[in-house]
Amino acid sequence: MTEERHHPRDHRIDGPTDVGGHEVRTEATTLPVLPGDVHAYDTQGTSSRTLWGDAWRRLRRNKLAVVSIVWIIMIVIMTVTADVWVVPLFGDPLAVNTTPGSNLQSPSLEHPFGTDKLGRDVFSRVVYGARVSLTVGVLAVSISLLIGLVLGALSGYRGGLTDTFVMRTADVFFAFPYILFAISLIAVLGPSYRNVFIAIGILGWPSIARVFRSSILSIKENEYIDAARAMGASDFRIMFRHVMPNAVAPIIVYGTMSIGGAIITEAALSFLGMGVQPPTPSWGLMLSDAKSLMFVAPWLTIWPGFAILTTVLAFVLLGDGFRDALDVKMKD
Amino acid sequence: MLKYVVRRILQMIPVFIGVTLILFVLRAPGVLPGDPVRMITGERGISDALRDQIIQKHGLDQPLVTQYRLYVQNLLQGDLGESYQRGRPVTDILADKLPNTIRLALVAIVIEAMIGVGAGIISAVKQYSFSDVLVTLSTSVLVSVPVFWLGMLFQIFFGIKLKEWTNGAIYLPISGMSSAQFPDWAHMILPAITLASVSTAYVARIMRSQMLEAGGQDYIRTAEAKGLTRRAVILRHQMKNALIPVVTFIGIDFGVMMGGAILTETVFSWPGVGREIFLAVGQRDWPIVMGGVIIIVFLVMIINLLVDLSYAWLDPRIRYGGAAK
Repeated sequence: MTEERHHPRDHRIDGPTDVGGHEVRTEATTLPVLPGDVHAYDTQGTSSRTLWGDAWRRLRRNKLAVVSIVWIIMIVIMTVTADVWVVPLFGDPLAVNTTPGSNLQSPSLEHPFGTDKLGRDVFSRVVYGARVSLTVGVLAVSISLLIGLVLGALSGYRGGLTDTFVMRTADVFFAFPYILFAISLIAVLGPSYRNVFIAIGILGWPSIARVFRSSILSIKENEYIDAARAMGASDFRIMFRHVMPNAVAPIIVYGTMSIGGAIITEAALSFLGMGVQPPTPSWGLMLSDAKSLMFVAPWLTIWPGFAILTTVLAFVLLGDGFRDALDVKMKD
Repeated sequence: MLKYVVRRILQMIPVFIGVTLILFVLRAPGVLPGDPVRMITGERGISDALRDQIIQKHGLDQPLVTQYRLYVQNLLQGDLGESYQRGRPVTDILADKLPNTIRLALVAIVIEAMIGVGAGIISAVKQYSFSDVLVTLSTSVLVSVPVFWLGMLFQIFFGIKLKEWTNGAIYLPISGMSSAQFPDWAHMILPAITLASVSTAYVARIMRSQMLEAGGQDYIRTAEAKGLTRRAVILRHQMKNALIPVVTFIGIDFGVMMGGAILTETVFSWPGVGREIFLAVGQRDWPIVMGGVIIIVFLVMIINLLVDLSYAWLDPRIRYGGAAK
């Protein structure tokens, strides 16, 4: 095992690897097989309890997870409907107001989060910033999932040379300090909205691939896979009908947490000027502008950061909730 | 043991080649948009003669494979090329900054280890108590905090507000490495705490779960049964065993901090490698970016190797290479 580990601060979610390249006997190093098609073989015939039904029940009992879901839904509704209420009430997030005295106003009823150096309403910009953050988060993770699932499936199912090649490539990716890799990519691609989620997406695949690969490795050994093969099922059918449904739980957990990670990375890149470009309202970009105005307008720093914190926290806690509800074992 | 070290070093080679190759391919013309000459000169127009001169100087007319071979050849001799903008060797520029980054990371590691381990132990020993809930909650929040924002909050609170409230009597420096008003160590306080913050939360979490894990082992029951005090059991038996994964994490973290410091260094204008890379990206000075990343990757790999080796020393059950005795 060479570089089979990385740091949580990378915001690449830890796969079920061990700590420090050694067998940690006390921790599960493979993911448990989930009885995904329990409902198909419900011999009791009396219960309608399914795996997903159980998971949902457990999730609802987890207060933090419920609060997180509510918060995420609220952000989505707020930002989707922003055109209707934010713009008329607080102002256009892009409209520069040149009237003397309209810029750098401290928070008031009219401008609950104050105004920035161009007289734009900060509340409005924070709400619209959620659009950028959530879009980048979801798109980046979708790209990671797309690449990671395909490569992870190939690697785990085919094994052999394919496996070696994919996993060694993943090692190379893990050897890079995450944020520096992202910056190098952006330096070449050029900073833009699109390139940010592409870069974050590309960098996220190795963790997904690794997680998926290890689930597949453990599922592959089950008797029902042998049975399916004995019945003449094609590789394709085995993969999609029998392996995938059982491997999906850990991916849901990692995917959810990764959205939080992608949001933080977008903010960091935009903060460094290597992400979303002005005048698009992005939380990271707003903090970057706030940096030089810290002495006169500290409120410019407070709210965008608070928005990042609560949103990321919501995705992390929701991921935690999914993990407990779906009974996925992973490293803390 | 020696065999293990040699094998580990050999395993590093493909990873290192992969890293340099990716970085190299990234800037190659035709692979991705971005003309290397334009990366050097920026947007301003240049004469054809100057263009040829630049191409010649940086060997951009050679085939890509030759360019890569030359780069690696020079790299192995400790030459990372010359900065596009400043006309100085990249190694010189980075050698100035590296000690600053290492110094900051070392102080951050000390903070992380002390607070993280302490919080983890308290949290585990008094499971479900108020302090446990507090530690658990604050670690959840800390891992979701954008580091650069935390740094800015520190600057506002300890640099600006505290000064206002105390009429300028008490406050902390918020940028740079030295100044007339403050001793040098004072400049480290805020950046080091900022850099340590997220990792401290992870250390506390790992320490807590390891302590709980170790607490359920038979040898703890034995130690209790033979009449040791609770304190002795916790410190001598439980903690010692719980520390192993924590030490690993801290070791790896030291490497990660080198790369991750870019945000902290930017917020606090700390003249380290990360900030240098950040500035170089803005100036399209690719050799510095590439050289900086390579140096950090290299350091991280060496540190990880050392961490793995320290395992054998921490846990006598682990022996590398050869059969168990």
